[in-house]
Amino acid sequence: MTTPTITPYRSELPAGRDGFGQLLRSEWTKFRTVRGWVVGTVIAVLATVLIGVLTAKGSMCSVGPFPGQPVGLPCTGTIGVGGGAVSDTFNFVHQPMTGNGSITVRLTSLTGEIPVGPLRPDAGANERPGLQPWSKAGIIIKQNTTEGSAYAAVLATGAHGIRMQSDFTQDTAGLAGAVSPTAPRWLRLTRSGDTLTGYDSTDGTHWSTIGSTRLAGLSATVQAGVFATSPAYVHVVSQSFGGSSGTGGPTQATGVFDHVELSGTPPGAGWTDTGLTDVAEPQMGAQNQFHQNGGELTVSGSGDIAPAVVGGTAAGSPIETTLGGAFAGLIALIVVGTMFVTAEYRRGLIRTSLVASPRRGRVLAAKGVVLGGIAFVAALLGVVIAVPIDEHLLRANGNFIDPAPTVADARVLIGTAAVLAVAAVFALGVGVILRRSAGVVAVVIAVFVLPRILATAGVLSTGASEWLLRVTPAAGFAIQQSLPQYSQVDADYSPAGGYYPLPPLAGFAVLCGWTALVLGLAFHLLRRRDA
Amino acid sequence: MRSALHAEWTKLRTEVGFSWLLLAVVAVTVVLGVVVTGAVHCTAPAGCVPDLPKLSLSGVQVGQVVVAVLAVLVISGEYSSGMIRTTFTAMPRRLTVLAAKAVVLTLPVAVAGCLAVLISLLASRFLLARNGLSLPLGEGAVLRAAVGSVLYLVLIGLLSLGIATAVRDAAASIGVVLGLFFLFPIVIGMVSDPVLRRHLEQISPTAAGLAVQATTGLGSLPIGPWSGLAVLAGWAGGALAVGLGLLWWRDA
Repeated sequence: MTTPTITPYRSELPAGRDGFGQLLRSEWTKFRTVRGWVVGTVIAVLATVLIGVLTAKGSMCSVGPFPGQPVGLPCTGTIGVGGGAVSDTFNFVHQPMTGNGSITVRLTSLTGEIPVGPLRPDAGANERPGLQPWSKAGIIIKQNTTEGSAYAAVLATGAHGIRMQSDFTQDTAGLAGAVSPTAPRWLRLTRSGDTLTGYDSTDGTHWSTIGSTRLAGLSATVQAGVFATSPAYVHVVSQSFGGSSGTGGPTQATGVFDHVELSGTPPGAGWTDTGLTDVAEPQMGAQNQFHQNGGELTVSGSGDIAPAVVGGTAAGSPIETTLGGAFAGLIALIVVGTMFVTAEYRRGLIRTSLVASPRRGRVLAAKGVVLGGIAFVAALLGVVIAVPIDEHLLRANGNFIDPAPTVADARVLIGTAAVLAVAAVFALGVGVILRRSAGVVAVVIAVFVLPRILATAGVLSTGASEWLLRVTPAAGFAIQQSLPQYSQVDADYSPAGGYYPLPPLAGFAVLCGWTALVLGLAFHLLRRRDA
Repeated sequence: MRSALHAEWTKLRTEVGFSWLLLAVVAVTVVLGVVVTGAVHCTAPAGCVPDLPKLSLSGVQVGQVVVAVLAVLVISGEYSSGMIRTTFTAMPRRLTVLAAKAVVLTLPVAVAGCLAVLISLLASRFLLARNGLSLPLGEGAVLRAAVGSVLYLVLIGLLSLGIATAVRDAAASIGVVLGLFFLFPIVIGMVSDPVLRRHLEQISPTAAGLAVQATTGLGSLPIGPWSGLAVLAGWAGGALAVGLGLLWWRDA
């Protein structure tokens, strides 16, 4: 007799899958089936667009009206060779130069003054000294006399010694020290093909190279000569309370050149004086002047040859001005992100979730991925709809939107969406830690929005404002900065002036660091506590 | 009404974290006020005329967030737990319930607000005295700023209560309330049209309401101190009216 073999029971059902994909799918199903969360996400998109439209509608820009004009002119700006907004206003005394060539001068004096004008109405008084740190006079080789065209220049400055600058953003230091009749400076700029090389010297015999640059696509005939320009003075009285107040106005710089030697120019060619300007506004009181006295050239000019900065000479609005609505979207997404987890605690669904997937870290990760993805798409949608509408409205109101290189534009748009998505995930993490939705929403909105309001409203001192925007999650908004700071442009680089203290990606990294910290703590508590 | 007040007070004081939130109102208000006042450095007294009482009381801008949380919890907690049905079964008159909630919210907020304002002013006075600046507490304008700040916090609480009654969900209510608080200043900061900006400053609940803290340069303000507070009172009254209307109209 044989013993019947007993087959152990095996379920006929296929083994349940508990992969991460399943978890993602379950979290996605939860999200899309709760009406409030979907509505909240749609509100985030709409709020981003609507608040943006409101701010754009209320932002006008005009210059003037000048005598003889009934209304002011729309603001204008100049686009430089790199595709970014620039300031290109100076007095250019030039000759055509064909092929390779060079220009050498001795600069014996650089002076500056604040001219009598509408902003300084003490008529009768003479012009007062007002050499700016970045007042410039020197030699320049420029593609043509169109604003924004390619150039390289060797120049003396008010307070930063000799520099070689090119294509608005490049700046290399040469000899230090100020120019005066007792300490003249010799400057030389040579062209060889597309390569321009700058030299300086104190005596005209011992030369040192400052640097060289390649101006791609420089045409055969360019304009070479001497120039002078001087940026507007801004006297900002920063106050540790109630913000800052400033006065400002145009200034004018004068350079005196002699021992001018040119090669590559037509023999016997004379000088042409061209005043380049990129603002519709006449430089109030400042005048371009040129005198030739034998071999001595005296050139005066006003303006700047420099990249645009927020609130600088170039009267444009950076692209982030069109993103005012992102804060409204941020608040809505923080609410959605919070509810995505606190509702589970309130309804007890979290117990089911954790029974179905006992590895709690994976539940948290799946929630984060689904929420972050949805928030990113919603925010990007809001931003992509809002920006063209707002740009259109801003232009209709006379604003000039500073173009930034496409990479920077894309970084601002995608970065804003990323900040909103990370903020929603941050809220999720705080939701797991605190569990109570009212407190979570209040804390998260406060740490994201309040620092920015406090820092830019002028309640705090500049130091405290910068500190706030460095260490709080609000630092992430630095990714919206489209116009970088330039050491060769003096401007108000404080939060109140529109600048974040950290570079874009560093600011975003601070935000991500906080979010990682919060998620880490949430993970720890989720594992340790009862659900 | 007495029993309604008693019931609401019992619910509020047993709310988890109620006393902590009241304490937080005082703490954050005082801390921010002290930090801001401590940063005041006037090297040239002639060219620097800060509104010291307003600075000392700037902590109210953070304190109001905690007040809003407290106010939202008064009603939305009942909706999330279903307690609201019991409440309305016991007290079917919805106006009585909302009025009782408003009263029991107002008193603790007023007490915490008084403490916060008083400690902020005293601490700032001490800090400023070390920097050679004086903060005259007895002056009419300073008293107005102090009393006005307490009233401001109370009105912020009532506004939040009204919004939470209408919205019900705690997270969404706080989102709406803080959106109302914070989006106005952000939009105001971005709008360059001076006329529109002035209008926004006149109708924003927080910007107009905080005008009551101003003690200097009243002529250049977009709205006067008391009329600014009246704008906030209008917002609070409107929100409570909408909340009450929805209470009557909707099922609990």
